[in-house]
Amino acid sequence: MADTTNSANDAIPTVIVDSVDIVYRVNGTGAGRGTATAALNRILRRKQAEKAAGVRKVHAVKKVSFIAYKGEAIGLIGSNGSGKSTLLKAVAGLLPVESGHIYTHGQPSLLGVNAALMNDLTGERNVYLGGLAMGMSREQVKARYDEIVDFSGINEKGDFITLPMRTYSSGMAARLRFSIAAAKDHDVLLIDEALATGDRSFQKRSEARIRELRKEAGTVFLVSHSNKSIRDTCDRVLWLERGELRMDGPTEDVLKEYEAFTGDRSPKPKAAPKPPQQGRPDPEDTKVALPSS
Amino acid sequence: MSQVLHTPPPRQATVDDDLATLAARHGLAVSGARPSLPEYVRQLWARRHFIVAFSTAKLTSQYSQAKLGQVWQVMTPLLNAAVYYLIFGVLLDSKRDVPDYIPFLVTGVFIWTFTQSSIMSGTRAISGNQGLVRALHFPRAALPISFALQQLQQLLFSMAALVVILLCFGVPIAFSWLLVVPALVLQFTFNAGVSMILARVGAKTPDISQLMPFLLRTWMYLSGVMWSIDRLTRQHDLPHPVIVMLKLNPPAVYIDLMRYALIDSFHAHQLPPHVWAAATGWALIAGVGGFIYFWKAEETYGRG
Repeated sequence: MADTTNSANDAIPTVIVDSVDIVYRVNGTGAGRGTATAALNRILRRKQAEKAAGVRKVHAVKKVSFIAYKGEAIGLIGSNGSGKSTLLKAVAGLLPVESGHIYTHGQPSLLGVNAALMNDLTGERNVYLGGLAMGMSREQVKARYDEIVDFSGINEKGDFITLPMRTYSSGMAARLRFSIAAAKDHDVLLIDEALATGDRSFQKRSEARIRELRKEAGTVFLVSHSNKSIRDTCDRVLWLERGELRMDGPTEDVLKEYEAFTGDRSPKPKAAPKPPQQGRPDPEDTKVALPSS
Repeated sequence: MSQVLHTPPPRQATVDDDLATLAARHGLAVSGARPSLPEYVRQLWARRHFIVAFSTAKLTSQYSQAKLGQVWQVMTPLLNAAVYYLIFGVLLDSKRDVPDYIPFLVTGVFIWTFTQSSIMSGTRAISGNQGLVRALHFPRAALPISFALQQLQQLLFSMAALVVILLCFGVPIAFSWLLVVPALVLQFTFNAGVSMILARVGAKTPDISQLMPFLLRTWMYLSGVMWSIDRLTRQHDLPHPVIVMLKLNPPAVYIDLMRYALIDSFHAHQLPPHVWAAATGWALIAGVGGFIYFWKAEETYGRG
């Protein structure tokens, strides 16, 4: 905490999150279980009895505050469903907050264009579509096109870029998606588990690209379950648990506590022997199926 | 160095003020705030290439798994027209009253389908694309407009089929065919406007998309797609307000305009009074009104 509070005087804040709450409302659950009477009840009684009428509120993020400064790379950790991705989406301005405020410098963008891409289109058209969806101009996409395709390595095993994306293996598709998403420079960059895709060589390339983006971008946020990629890329970590900010500090300090909390590794992670890291592939690697050459 | 925050930090109250002033001092803006209307229009214009690319992509991916591929773009409207001909032309024999019944019917079906599918896809434009809305920044109006544009492109395929049908049934090519262009521009504006209204409604209440097919089917039967409003109003003694409402119903206006433009036996006296004024008026009311109505809720899209 000491270094971040000191830097408040000289460093430039890029993201200020001021006691933010985020609440999801889910229809058709709870007591009524979506029966017709519950639905009718909901319509008739509107606000007074949201809970009784079967609207469930999920309080995903609770009173979280922090300041991020220019040049920082911040990791977000926490067990599944602790509100990491939700917080990221709110910082990006994509999810309205229930209370509190989020102030940002420029337009933070979520690294990811998955939603804009269409499986039935060729990789080539998806590069254009994704680029335009992220707000690049046609000329910018054209200028970056070769770079994107080369980076993805899609054409290493033949002319795959002119095939529909549904014919790609999941690893290839993930690589193309990352390459499109990483083609744009961002003020504040938010990355959600993006590093866990592709084979080992692609992971190395994408980590290098993240570092490049980080230099160009003001601030980088990274959500990941891989403590290794957090360690490699981040110098500050926010630990969310059940929507609450449990800890905020330098990477090593927070990860030490976090690993003790989850109990999945020895308390001294750096002492973990090197060989397993090289010899044994990460679990993420094993699920990637590349076409055999 | 670091602290474990089991309890809220004690400085909470003062921090709140500090953060807001700190944000103001460094010129930070509230994330996800709604832009002003001119700014919104500017952003939308900046995304025009995305809107076009997205609609074209949707259109081509529609039949990409089919063996016949893009041939279905023309086949689907033709088959639709055939079904309506079978029911209304052969079985119910409505054609006795109307000269050039097949061109009359097919024009009606195609133009109605344009409005109907624009509205249907507009209703789901936000609620059916939550993933996109929650992942990327763009003026959300791009979605309903893009879907309306997709339907316009679809209609252009149908129009190609329509031209073939018209020529087959001996309708001569005329200068009045050029009127198709302004008529389509106006209808597109109307469709996009209504789509935006329903996109906002559908984003808050997804149930509306279950209701729309019934509303739209009722609307279709009132819009003179398979029968002539002009003939009905002359044969039957209807109260004046009903006649005016039937004739100035927006889809009826656009359908009759298209028939007037394309079919030589459809004469100007069959058109509703002040037809161009009505077509422009509806386009402006729906287009501008729908756009502003949609923009008013811009920051709430994506809450789910």
